[in-house]
Amino acid sequence: MSDEKRTDPVTGLETTGHTWDGIEELNTPLPRWWLWVFYGCIVWGIIYVILFPAWPLVTGATGGVLGWSTRGQVADEIAAVDEANAPMYAALVDTDPAEIEADPNLHGFAVNAGASIFATYCSQCHGSGAAGAVGYPNLLDDDWLWGGTLEDVIYTVNHGIRNEDDPDARWSQMPAFGELLTAGEISTLVAHVQAMGEGTDPLSGEGGQIYADNCASCHGDDGTGDRFVGAPNLVDAIWLYGGDTATLTETIRNARFGVMPPWGERLDEAEVRAVAIYVHGLGGGEQPAAE
Amino acid sequence: MDYVKLALLALVAVLAAIAANFARDMAYQLHALLIMAVAAIAFVWQLRRTGEPPVPAGAVPTGYMDGPVRAGVIATAFWGIAGFLVGVFIALQLTFPELNFDWSEGYLNFGRLRPLHTSAVIFAFGGNALIATSLYVVQRTSGVRLWGGNLAWVVFWGYQLFIVMAATGYLLGATQSKEYAEPEWYVDLFLTIIWVFYLAVFMGTLITRREKHIYVANWFYLSFIVTVAMLHVVNNLSIPVSIFGSRSIQVFSGVQDAMVQWWYGHNAVGFFLTAGFLGMMYYFVPKQANRPVYSYKLSIVHFWSLIFIYIWAGPHHLHYTALPDWASTLGMVFSVILWMPSWGGMINGLMTLQGAWDKIRTDPIIRFFVASLAFYGMSTFEGPMMSIRAVNSLSHYTEWTIGHVHSGALGWNGLIVFGAIYYLTPKLWGRSRMYSEAAMNAHFWLAMIGIVLYAASMWVAGIMQGLQWREVDQNGFLVNAFADTVGAMFPMYLVRALGGVLYLGGALIMVWNMVMTLRQPQTLATTIQPAE
Repeated sequence: MSDEKRTDPVTGLETTGHTWDGIEELNTPLPRWWLWVFYGCIVWGIIYVILFPAWPLVTGATGGVLGWSTRGQVADEIAAVDEANAPMYAALVDTDPAEIEADPNLHGFAVNAGASIFATYCSQCHGSGAAGAVGYPNLLDDDWLWGGTLEDVIYTVNHGIRNEDDPDARWSQMPAFGELLTAGEISTLVAHVQAMGEGTDPLSGEGGQIYADNCASCHGDDGTGDRFVGAPNLVDAIWLYGGDTATLTETIRNARFGVMPPWGERLDEAEVRAVAIYVHGLGGGEQPAAE
Repeated sequence: MDYVKLALLALVAVLAAIAANFARDMAYQLHALLIMAVAAIAFVWQLRRTGEPPVPAGAVPTGYMDGPVRAGVIATAFWGIAGFLVGVFIALQLTFPELNFDWSEGYLNFGRLRPLHTSAVIFAFGGNALIATSLYVVQRTSGVRLWGGNLAWVVFWGYQLFIVMAATGYLLGATQSKEYAEPEWYVDLFLTIIWVFYLAVFMGTLITRREKHIYVANWFYLSFIVTVAMLHVVNNLSIPVSIFGSRSIQVFSGVQDAMVQWWYGHNAVGFFLTAGFLGMMYYFVPKQANRPVYSYKLSIVHFWSLIFIYIWAGPHHLHYTALPDWASTLGMVFSVILWMPSWGGMINGLMTLQGAWDKIRTDPIIRFFVASLAFYGMSTFEGPMMSIRAVNSLSHYTEWTIGHVHSGALGWNGLIVFGAIYYLTPKLWGRSRMYSEAAMNAHFWLAMIGIVLYAASMWVAGIMQGLQWREVDQNGFLVNAFADTVGAMFPMYLVRALGGVLYLGGALIMVWNMVMTLRQPQTLATTIQPAE
């Protein structure tokens, strides 16, 4: 515990005279640059809190000389974009959907807007490339459950499928045949449905009898389905949940209940049309039947 | 006195058994059984000592009390390896999501393991390093044995029990979902008790010191202990749903809860990972360099400015949220002003090497310290920069934050702890030096390359992510789906995992080196008398 100040030979500076476990301290003054940068930061801080909202008061806070706020910043950015896009949005709502595709300018705008809306709201289920996933339809192909014209797609986006929120949602329910058929019948039916995809007549044989009695009313005598009730085509190679024996058995026994929200509640009419036009243009969009 | 202790331990064991019986969830039940077992073991240990003749006054143990420090050094290395290993695994889970196995869902998926990793490295690795070094340093710089006798052992073992309860709780889903404060109410209460004991041991030793002045390292350690206690208590205010279950409800809600959480979260960085570790730096750097501390004045000014300013900086974690703009502005301004006070520690550490710069070439421990201070300087510049609202709007929620945290944690905290372990291991066990200097050098370079890969990949990933998220076309429509930005991260995630593997590899070499050092014959005495 020596209290002797001494001069450090390396730096020529004096120590404070304290020693702890052999550690001494030099009496070096504060580095000038350090001190000035520190002061500079403090001065900047004072100016900044005058310019921007900073000090809490009894019922609010100082707003800052610049009148800037985070909410104001976002509102300004949104307002600028909205203003620039307003004529296009208005045109989207006012134009008959069937004629939008004929206007390259408006159609291009709708596709860009639709792609962005799709990425934000739809890609979670249908995939960012719109190729779908098990239980979520592929939107790139021409296999449509509820119809593939622009009008059909707009309706589906607006009202959704099998949801409780929108009374106009597309709705149907396949029965759970586990309660209606025996296990043996289901297994015969599974084999028959698989054979149908390879060309077997849907109504032939023992499986055909079961099909005719239970399935044909919705999926059709030829197995091509019925878009009015969202009944899928069973004779193409496309399966929403899977065409292997185990998956088909599960589907027939317990049925499926794919749901889509009514996006009309979240998006405005222009946005619904834009995303429908985007999806319609992905490859499988259908034209309305000639009248 | 012995009988009071026995009665208390028996009571704890019985109450824990009752709690285990009525437990409403698995985590609570496991922890009750754990506490029951620990109390029972302590009971038997106490019973075997009861009735022995009191120790005569002359035979009171003298010299420094280094048992808990030795245990702490081993625990630091052990939890370090555990924490790094989990870190590497979750880095790989992000790269290859298939590693979230179906069979381990609900136990070993990313969501359960992530808090395990952060708590293991911050509180188990960092915490043990802080407790061990603080108990070592406060004795040496005060010239007295630890105050409180075996209380230091209670602190050590209590802290390990806290770590085990926190870690097993995460895996079983007991969490209050507050980042870095996940443990549930009874674990928080337990830690509070242990922390008060820790404060008592540290303060008791300081008060009984034989030196006239309190050394600067102890100011930092003390500010760390006191502030962490305050942060811990306020941020964990909650009401248990049932006395027999792990769930609890926070007292604060909404934006108040968010503000309290980040007041806590940022000061966990400020006082746990900065102030506490500066305490470490202020002892080990001058000791190893054998040079006087650069500037006494700087240490005073940067200490007080650091602890005054740090405590206000938390709101910068909540820019562009429901937090009012005024709070966000103040958090940002204090963060920027914090830049120089933080750098004061770096200057004082690096400039202490005046006259000993050649040791960077010859002394691997000094090299760890210098690199550590360099990373400290870098991340305490990056932090204020990222707190600026405009920068934060790009960097927030991206991997940049992860990169920033790790350049601080792996660089500053990790390297200084490795240096301190290499300094302490021979001294605590009476060996002349570490077994292999080549292994220390290998560790250093593996760690350095690991940190550079980690930080660089996360900077690239974070900035790319931020730019992709905000990218809009000329009509103001977003260009990227969120999943696109996740997919784009794969190469960076892979490089980050590789960096983690290298860092873990270096730490494993350190553990091997420690084991080999202890297998050498003891050459020096370990019972050292306090200096006069």
